[in-house]
Amino acid sequence: MKLIDILKTASANILQSKLRTFLTVIAIFIGAFTLTLTNGIGAGISSYINSQVGSIGAKNVFFITVKAQDTPATTNNAPEKYNPDQATKNVFGGQSQAVLTQKDLDIIKAQGHILDVRPEQNVSVTYVTAANSDKYQVSVTEFLDGTNLPMNAGVVPDNTSNQLQIILPYNYPSSLGFTSDNNALGKTISLAATSADGTISSVSATVVGVEEKTLIEGGSANVNTALFNALFAIQSQGLPAASLNKYPIAIAHFDSSLTDAQVTDLKSKLSDLGYTAQTIQDEIGIIQKVITGIVIVFDIFAIIALIAASFGVINTLLMAVQERTKEIGLMKAMGMSGNRIFLLFSAEAILLGFWGSFLGIVVAVLVGKIANHIATARFLQDFQGLNLLSFPIHTLVIIVVVIMLIAFLAGTLPARRAARLNPIDALRYE
Amino acid sequence: MPTSTVIFEADNVSKIYGKGENAFTALKDISFSVKKGESLAIVGKSGSGKSTLMHVLALLDAPSAGILKINNTDITSLSSRNLDLLRNRTFGFVFQQFFLNANMSVLENVILPLKIAGVAETERRKRGLEALKSVELEDKANNKAVDLSGGQKQRAVIARALINNPEVIFADEPTGNLDSTTGAKVEDLLFKLNKEKGITLIIVTHDEDLAKRCKRRIEIKDGQIIKEA
Repeated sequence: MKLIDILKTASANILQSKLRTFLTVIAIFIGAFTLTLTNGIGAGISSYINSQVGSIGAKNVFFITVKAQDTPATTNNAPEKYNPDQATKNVFGGQSQAVLTQKDLDIIKAQGHILDVRPEQNVSVTYVTAANSDKYQVSVTEFLDGTNLPMNAGVVPDNTSNQLQIILPYNYPSSLGFTSDNNALGKTISLAATSADGTISSVSATVVGVEEKTLIEGGSANVNTALFNALFAIQSQGLPAASLNKYPIAIAHFDSSLTDAQVTDLKSKLSDLGYTAQTIQDEIGIIQKVITGIVIVFDIFAIIALIAASFGVINTLLMAVQERTKEIGLMKAMGMSGNRIFLLFSAEAILLGFWGSFLGIVVAVLVGKIANHIATARFLQDFQGLNLLSFPIHTLVIIVVVIMLIAFLAGTLPARRAARLNPIDALRYE
Repeated sequence: MPTSTVIFEADNVSKIYGKGENAFTALKDISFSVKKGESLAIVGKSGSGKSTLMHVLALLDAPSAGILKINNTDITSLSSRNLDLLRNRTFGFVFQQFFLNANMSVLENVILPLKIAGVAETERRKRGLEALKSVELEDKANNKAVDLSGGQKQRAVIARALINNPEVIFADEPTGNLDSTTGAKVEDLLFKLNKEKGITLIIVTHDEDLAKRCKRRIEIKDGQIIKEA
């Protein structure tokens, strides 16, 4: 029998007992539906996070800190010895934290592939205001070259420019009295900072862009190096010398042509020197691992549903073999080989798997689209660009293929039984 | 038609089911031959071994001992693939219980051997309609098999047996489920094929009238030939 005829015959056979086929397909459908939805949520959130990574940092940047020392409690129960060579800085709660000094920065800079290294400094802006507007609070971060910011209008700041530049978060232009995002471009606004002795001074900056609403960055305004330094200078006035030049975090750019393996090498080299270097991807990786973990747990539930469904396939086909014993005997008497009989019943199993999984993913994708629609209109409206579920075509194809494979494996038992039937016994069967 | 060529040759063929104490001898040292174009009746009471003999001749069951040759080829030298091919291309089967698929059309039922042989669909349809015409059922081609009367069913079965232009038709109690009028019509059809197309007929029956219409008869009792004519 030709393969196409086997497929047609199998198709006709599963349609002969419609209710039984329907019930078996429903069981597979539930598994496929669940698999598609859980993977859809995983893929949706992952792709959103990936798109957000660009907005919080460039890919070739290390955030470097002094490596955490062994905590005394976990080693020998004795308090940690004072190390006079280790610079510290008082942080909240009176604890001291190991910090980086210029000496550390020089050591890091000396490593191969490190293009530049500089301390991360924080600037707190007291308020921002425009010509005729109220004063608003704002947090600022220095723009990192290579960062891919989603923009509503304008361009990213230019760190090489001497002009003091800022891009505003999406909700500032109207508050600052601009009629639109584009209207704000090129306008001058004023940013004020407070020095250590309490004096408030302000600088003027040019708006070069308006940023899209994003999840991770949470509405801080990116400024260029010139503006950042100007604000930092105001803030540092009157600080005691001991507080200067101690940095909790350094930012290092590395050669963007490095392979992943080379980046890992560089990290371990820095680690040997006593520094912890992390890329944005490392930090995002942790979030993604959690999401992947959750998706895997749901996938396991779906697989359990599919295993249950595969017993349905076995049962259905065993009944079919029983019912069609004579037909099988007749076909064998007429010269159909055992292999072809096996193929015929396997094809029925695979078809059951195909229809169950196909209908499952179609309904899941429809449900997902509706859920996306409702979610983005309601509780996810704060997350621009987030699709709760996304369904990459290759995932859908993999789901269908995996389920067809499971159905095939389930079908091998009844199919083997059919293939091994002795034609005479089958024809005599009552 | 060459009638002198031997198609089946059985030499001391035995068939034993089971092993040891439970062994049951269904056929014992059967030797005979069938020539091409002959009509042979295998008669005997139920349990005599006549059906087993037909199954062995039709290659549905392998002999436990002895030599069976088909067209001068020892069947033990054939692979199971070749046995399947031989059954598909050389034999046609007519069964007492018809074994028609009730939900399929008459035409679909009739072309099953061609489907198994891998013949293309248009060719299958053409030959299926020809076969139905030769049993005067062409107007029922698209009816479901379940809607046919007993006689029509058996004629459809004969069309199915004919469709691959077989050398031999095996008929197991072909008229057993039919009344005498329709039974006679089915018999006429079988013997017409035997006469006109030279198809060898091997009929298993306990119907004396049917057996008498065959050129030769073998009578089986307890797995042995007790009378040959």
